[in-house]
Amino acid sequence: MSEPVLEARDVAKHFPVGRRGVVRAVEDATLALLPGRIVALVGESGSGKTTLARVLARFYPPTSGEVLLHGRAGTGRRGYHSDVQLIFQDPFGSLNPLHRVRYNLERALRLHHRTRDRRELERQVLDLLERVSLSPAGDFVDKFPHELSGGQRQRVVIARALAVRPKVLLGDEPISMLDVSIRLDMLNLLARLRDEDGLALLYITHDIASARYLCDDIVVMYAGRMIEGGPKEDVIARPRHPYTKLLIESSPDPGRGEDDRAALFDGADELGEPPSLVNPPAGCRFHPRCPFAMPECEQSPPPRTDLGGGHWAHCWLHQKGRAGDLASTTHAAAPALRAAGPADAPGAADDCGDGKEEGP
Amino acid sequence: MKVRAGSAIIAFFALVAIFGGWFSETVLGLDPRANDIQAIAQPPSGEHLLGTTQFGQDVLAQVIAGASGSMFVGFLAAAIGTALAVLVGVTAGYFGGGVDGVLNFLTNLFLVMPVLPLIFVVAGYLQGTGLWTIALIIGLFGWAGGARTLRAQAMSVAGRDFVRAMRLLGESNRRLVFFEVLPHLTGLIASMFLHALIGAVLAEAGLAFLGISDSAAISWGTMIQAAQQQSAVLRGLWWWFVPPGLCIALIGTAAALVNFGVDEVANPKLRVVRTRRRRIARSEAA
Repeated sequence: MSEPVLEARDVAKHFPVGRRGVVRAVEDATLALLPGRIVALVGESGSGKTTLARVLARFYPPTSGEVLLHGRAGTGRRGYHSDVQLIFQDPFGSLNPLHRVRYNLERALRLHHRTRDRRELERQVLDLLERVSLSPAGDFVDKFPHELSGGQRQRVVIARALAVRPKVLLGDEPISMLDVSIRLDMLNLLARLRDEDGLALLYITHDIASARYLCDDIVVMYAGRMIEGGPKEDVIARPRHPYTKLLIESSPDPGRGEDDRAALFDGADELGEPPSLVNPPAGCRFHPRCPFAMPECEQSPPPRTDLGGGHWAHCWLHQKGRAGDLASTTHAAAPALRAAGPADAPGAADDCGDGKEEGP
Repeated sequence: MKVRAGSAIIAFFALVAIFGGWFSETVLGLDPRANDIQAIAQPPSGEHLLGTTQFGQDVLAQVIAGASGSMFVGFLAAAIGTALAVLVGVTAGYFGGGVDGVLNFLTNLFLVMPVLPLIFVVAGYLQGTGLWTIALIIGLFGWAGGARTLRAQAMSVAGRDFVRAMRLLGESNRRLVFFEVLPHLTGLIASMFLHALIGAVLAEAGLAFLGISDSAAISWGTMIQAAQQQSAVLRGLWWWFVPPGLCIALIGTAAALVNFGVDEVANPKLRVVRTRRRRIARSEAA
């Protein structure tokens, strides 16, 4: 395996709230991005995905831990951003409505490649637009953002990021604001960038299906912590953390009949909501909702268990030899199992909300 | 329509201010300072179109000369005030944090300062109060409200994704402010300038009326003040104080008209009625 381009080591990000409160948006996040590979970061709203992406993009410094580019910390701002670029979620917000497409791309080229020659600049701008499949490029260079559709704008945003010729592209839900009909085009474009240019990509999403389509590895986050990761087929086919299992079982599957679905989601309400990140539960953050919770789960966070083939999980089940329990049941059956079980933690599941992703 | 009428009036006064002096001298053959002892406090007549003052000066020539004085003060003060508001407000809003803390404190200080008494003190201290000084004082004390508005707007624009995206691209703060944030504030700044302009014209008139002005300089304010001193109202010399007063009122109306128009452009809700009316008219015509 080649060396990681961008690495996060034990990164934590806390935001102060009010007089003394702290939102623990991300904790103990470790992640490596390799050239030519796409890592999907999956989790629900408020799980810290965007915060982690913004730490990686150096919007704000991590509270603890370090971010290494080519194995080194402390690269200058300009140098860092000529290797790491971020694609925003909202293509309507990330282009200045007052600037033409040309301006955006030319600025990137001038800043990072000191291209001064008019003709050379023009050629590169058209080239970039062709690369993101905006052709004929000549029709697009002089457009304002409001003259473009959402998909076209997102392509311009990607072209602007590519103009820098980065090694790493961070996609913060790059397709979630686009029409369903053009999402696949977008995913194919990202896959092409990985294959042709050997970019290292971080693909942040809450949509397991798109992650499965696009990525090579999956990392699952819950309430600010990474709980499981590994090669995508391994993780999706054999989830080793109860939350991953819940996530995968609750993603839509047209193959399921209506009755199955009713049975599947019957118990969903009883499982409660994600915890508050101002005052997260001790131990494993999933334990108040976990049907398999044991006394250990409430006391200390589970260590990382390597499961072979690059698959890992943070769950006490593996430490206590109960991994079989997880594989043998579904979340549909879980509430009943939980009622019979010893662990019970009501009330802890107050709202954690979106407030934490925004920061203060 | 409103915008056009308003800008026409302002443009007219601007032209009078610039070319009026030359016009009244060569075409009308009038000197605003010349004392015609034959015609003291005469009502409007063929010879003196707007009559004469107590000192036998032609009121028309004085109004024209006053336009240039008042507009000069208005423009200079508005330029100084708006420039300061942009400098302080946008800087505070864009950078935030400690910079914002300091600049916001300064803004609040100027916002709550009793400006009028302060101007008295400063003007009294400076003694020689020409139009330049008056404009400077008005500009220096009148920027805080605008800075407050611009700070809020700059803060909101600076937090938008496209500014972040361009920063990620490696743009410098200077370029981010001037090419990404400021262009979004131009409408606001333009209307602010207009507001400051009319405010400064009024302030100059007010200060002159209260006696803070250069008696040698001619502006609408000094004219009204001279009329007041010679108790023109009691003596029925209405042609002395009505023309400059009317000019000030007209400028105010013009600025208000332009601002209404700008509002309509910026706030589509105000436009709905008119388009609907037009649509009804069109359907009736059909």
